[in-house]
Parts: sequence; C-alpha cells; structure tokens
Amino acid sequence: MLAIVGTVPEEDFPMLEGTAVLRNDSLFLRGHEASINRGTPALIAAASVACDTLGVSPPISLLAGDEGVGHGSRKLYEHLKTQLPGLAAEVITFHYLQPDVDWHNRILLALEEKGKLPLLIADAGYMYAAKMSGFAPCYDLFTPDIGELAFLADEMAPHPFYTRGFILHEEQRVPDLIQRAYDGENGAKTLLIKGAIDYICTKERVLATVDTPSVATLEPIGGTGDTVTGIVAALAVAGYPVSDAAIMAAKTNRLAGQMADPTPATQVFEIINKIPRALEDVLQQDANRRHSAALG
Amino acid sequence: MAFQVLKRRKKRAPKKRNPDRGFLAFENTSEVIKAESIIRTHGWKVNVMGPPPELRTGCDLVIEFPLVEQLNILRLLEEKSLSPLAVVPVDDPLLKPVDLFFTTDYGQHLMVRAANMKLTVDKEALTIVNVSGGGCPDVPFLGAKLVGKNLRQAPSPREIGHTLCGYALHLAYEEMRRQCLLS
Repeated sequence: MLAIVGTVPEEDFPMLEGTAVLRNDSLFLRGHEASINRGTPALIAAASVACDTLGVSPPISLLAGDEGVGHGSRKLYEHLKTQLPGLAAEVITFHYLQPDVDWHNRILLALEEKGKLPLLIADAGYMYAAKMSGFAPCYDLFTPDIGELAFLADEMAPHPFYTRGFILHEEQRVPDLIQRAYDGENGAKTLLIKGAIDYICTKERVLATVDTPSVATLEPIGGTGDTVTGIVAALAVAGYPVSDAAIMAAKTNRLAGQMADPTPATQVFEIINKIPRALEDVLQQDANRRHSAALG
Repeated sequence: MAFQVLKRRKKRAPKKRNPDRGFLAFENTSEVIKAESIIRTHGWKVNVMGPPPELRTGCDLVIEFPLVEQLNILRLLEEKSLSPLAVVPVDDPLLKPVDLFFTTDYGQHLMVRAANMKLTVDKEALTIVNVSGGGCPDVPFLGAKLVGKNLRQAPSPREIGHTLCGYALHLAYEEMRRQCLLS
C-alpha cells in the first residue's frame, strides 16, 4: 500500500485519511473536494492515475488543510505519530508540510519502533525537514529540483531561501552539488533531481540521466515536480526498484508533458490527464528493453 | 535504522544545533521583551537568549524563533511597529537570503526565479499564469491566490504568504514587477 502525506491549501479543510477519488480536475475525499492543480492533491492525482495504469491499489491519503500558518501541519504530525506506523504502508511519500525537525524526528522514530522502515520518499517541505534533521540517509528517495539540490548541498542552509550565494543553481554544476549533498550526509539513498536534465543517482554514482523529450515549457508549470514524485511512488509500490522507478517516472512525466503540448500557462491537470498514456508507453519501452536484454 | 541512528547521534556532537531556528536582533532590550510577548501571544514558541559572537548588531539579547515562519512573524511585528535589525539562521548567522534572480524568456511569457520559487507571467497581458517550486504549505495557497491575476492587481506574496518560500516568491514577484516596469 502507498500512503501519501501532505496538505491542502485551504485552512478549513479538515484532517482526513482515506482513498481519494479523482473526478475531472478535483480530488474527493470523504465528501471534501480539493483542486488537483497544485500541491499534494496534484501528487495524489498523479499517483492515483499511475496506480490505476499499473494495476495496483490506489494510494491512501493523509491530508490536512494548511495555508502556510502551520496549524494543519502540526495536527497532521500529531496524527501521523500515532497512526502512521499502524497503517503498515509499504511506501510512504511525504510532501507539503510545514518543515519541523522535532516532529519529523518523532515520526521517524515511531516508524522505526514499529520494525523495518517502509520505503520512504520525501519531497517539498518534508524533504527540507528530513535534510535539516540529519537523517536524510534514512530515506530511500528525495526528489529535489536544482534549487533544492543546492540546498541539500549546502550543509549549513536551513532552507533553500538561505542557500549560500556561492552555490549557484547552474545545471552544469549538478554533479558537483550531488557530491556535496552526499559528502554532508544530506542525500537520500537515491536522488531524482528534476531539471532540464533529470539526474538519478546514489551516493556512489549517477545511475542515469533523462533529457528527452525535452519540453522547456514544463519548468514554469506549478505541480510538474509533484506529478513526477507521484508517479515514482506508484512505480515503487508496484514493485519496481527505486532507481528504475525514478528513471521511468522521469521519462513518463516528460512524455505526459509533451503530450499535453504545454505553454508556460498550462495548468498541471492537463498533464495529469496524459500520465496513463505516457506511462503505458514507458512500460512498453521497458518491456521491450528487458525482452531484448533477455535475448542477449 | 532511525532509532539506531538517533542513538548513535547522541553519542557524538550533533551536526547541527538548531537547524530550523532563527534569531531576531533588536535595537534595545525593551524591544526584545515587547516582541517576545507579541510573538508568544500568537502561539509561537520562542526563547530569549544572548546573541552569538557572529551577530554583531543589536542589544545583548536576541529572540530565537521558528525560521520557516519568518514572513508571518515579521508581518506581525510590523503591525505593532517593531522592526528587527537583523533576522538570521541560528546555526550560521552569517548566512544571507538568496539574492540572485534567474530570468527565462519564453517569448510570450517571462519566468523569474528567486531561490526555490518561480513566477511566470504573460508579458502582454501581465497575467500571472503559473507559480512553481517551493516546499512550504503556503506555496500552493499562494499559487491559488495569484494565478490568473494581473500583476498590477495581484496581492503581494509578502502580504498573504507565511513562510520562507512565501518570502522567496515575494522576491520573484518584486523582480518581475521591476522587469515589467511596474515599480
């Protein structure tokens, strides 16, 4: 089972747990509606359509309303500490939450006390908290963009806003930033770095880069980073090793973007609609590759 | 593993002391006391302490606060006519906010990035068409409030945002307004 943890940008959205249903450009969870155009709902929507394509159960969502004040995040942290270990999720994806190192550590400890850690993926605010906590290596996957990679690479930075000036967010410096992130023990076991070129790497080496199809207009579209995290989570719960899942997710997200024929004004739901077809194509490519490899 | 790591961490010096905390430095002690009272009244956990040697400004007391909520706390203090002399991260008071902007011209659209936040507008209509990047929960909220609005009328992220991501988006917004000759 895949569990997705995050927030909805509405202060009066209650704390809810359950399977969200996708209808048009909205998610419905226990009678409450959230737009999938941004934030954790975009990630859930992408994961839901990917799970459907892969033939695995839809994700369980753990959500709270939070416009950034942090009240909803703190309520959710409290709920997670007691309830998340009992869910017995195989994969947990943490997303937009107010970064709070103390709460992060309590939740990691609660999961650890339950036994073997599930596969842990962190993106957005929770990734910031995971890095600041010093426990980044406990995570199986982080999905930073270039600016966030610079933050992971700066061992002193408490937030991307305070990433030191000497670390410029230049695409050509990605390998150097990856090295710095791992040298400071601020990288997860695998990193999927989202950029003009997507990098999939471990502490030891860059496993793959994905740069096609190249769709420059995806970068300004809010939510395209969330969708790639949703797809990789779905692939992981379907049984793909994290590194393979990351490579396939990067390809799928690009392909879905290309199929949506986007402009910088495109909204992410238009891309989410294309994920099933894009993922089918990528799965077919993967099957063909395995078949060719088996034939020698 | 985490529990083992937690136990192991206790045995050695922690890598970071207070990675998610910041210091507010003020002109004098009475401002510190007033600010502490205002911030506490609004539910934040803060501590008053002596400043680190690197912080060479203000009086001999500083307020330690949750750094990510900097935008919220500064707005609250501003409403009470209190302005700190400096706001810095606890673990390295010499760190400065990112002040580099990256601009990408897509022809009809212009994107400005500040730190981890990106703002994109239609150059002719000046409509904000997308907000991307960031990780704090006010990012999707700010996206919902800004996308579709004209840059001339859109609320400033500094006024409605809450976190450091909101602050970074405000810098991108200001830079976008500057580039579009609005300010």
